[in-house]
Amino acid sequence: MQRGLDSETKKQLEEEEKKIISEEHWYLDLPELKEKESFIIEEQSFLLCEDLLYGRMSFRGFNPEVEKLMLQMNAKHKAEEVEDETVELDVSDEEMARRYETLVGTIGKKFARKRDHANYEEDENGDITPIKAKKMFLKPQD
Amino acid sequence: MAEPASVAAESLAGSRARAARTVLGQVVLPGEELLLPEQEDAEGPGGAVERPLSLNARACSRVRVVCGPGLRRCGDRLLVTKCGRLRHKEPGSGSGGGVYWVDSQQKRYVPVKGDHVIGIVTAKSGDIFKVDVGGSEPASLSYLSFEGATKRNRPNVQVGDLIYGQFVVANKDMEPEMVCIDSCGRANGMGVIGQDGLLFKVTLGLIRKLLAPDCEIIQEVGKLYPLEIVFGMNGRIWVKAKTIQQTLILANILEACEHMTSDQRKQIFSRLAES
Repeated sequence: MQRGLDSETKKQLEEEEKKIISEEHWYLDLPELKEKESFIIEEQSFLLCEDLLYGRMSFRGFNPEVEKLMLQMNAKHKAEEVEDETVELDVSDEEMARRYETLVGTIGKKFARKRDHANYEEDENGDITPIKAKKMFLKPQD
Repeated sequence: MAEPASVAAESLAGSRARAARTVLGQVVLPGEELLLPEQEDAEGPGGAVERPLSLNARACSRVRVVCGPGLRRCGDRLLVTKCGRLRHKEPGSGSGGGVYWVDSQQKRYVPVKGDHVIGIVTAKSGDIFKVDVGGSEPASLSYLSFEGATKRNRPNVQVGDLIYGQFVVANKDMEPEMVCIDSCGRANGMGVIGQDGLLFKVTLGLIRKLLAPDCEIIQEVGKLYPLEIVFGMNGRIWVKAKTIQQTLILANILEACEHMTSDQRKQIFSRLAES
């Protein structure tokens, strides 16, 4: 005599339970509504409409901090699109190229093994430039 | 004012929507519907002139239009909700169809997100200050919304202080919230307004007029004597000058300049400059 339920009957009972639970869930029986794309945006703020100046003002040096702020905020608001195209260089391009040239040698020397130090010789100016290429194995021609 | 009123009354009686472009600068009344430029061709006057069919689909060439204060969206049209003059601004950077709004006048302020206002601290409860901004509810201001404020380093704000801040939350469903820093965490002039000075109230339209980029009144006032002014979009102005008399003169000028013509104003300024 079997005490527990049969596996099949168990499955059936589970399925029935699931069905009851899912039918209890509510759903809206409406047709699909398509959201209309609206071309009009509503804004209640006057900031978009009119270019207003910054609200704090000071005249004839009464409050120097506010005068500085006035210049900052009003300039930001007027010249937002003007960008500085001429960026002043601190270091010229040629000097940069020269530095890089010697830099490669200096850093390379740091990682080179003792035997390879011969490759890095200092010339008159003290600039370290790698002179020779590494010695490779040359296969005999025969 | 009789002429624009009669014109408006005629159009309302005819109940025909007018094109927004033709009404720019004229007085509009609440309840009027305005057509946007793309639609006025389709609903052109009568059928007397037959328009040739255009092969390119009109629907694709619609641009986004922003309807500002005083206007609402009603289907595809704009519905006027306040009386005033209709204004339009062309888009600066090319995207969108520009902004339409109604230039109206009112004294009661309704909090709007992003507006800089002057508020008066009315209560201090725990970590929040209640600030009266002239709206239907006092705005809340957290003590952490000041520059350089931490839990240990609290800002020095007492009841009765004047605060210049901006709204971060302001809609009809929630209590307005304001802060005294910008999105980067800098104060930018916001915070507690200093000692002395005089706070008075004017209409909202005057504030916008005074803050316009080419306002002559402000330029002339600035030449009189050293002074400091703070404008709040809620109709409040705070002024301060070296002596009490100068402060009072300034307050009177700003209050009165709304109803003066430019000649009267120039007379008053020249009289002041002499004395």
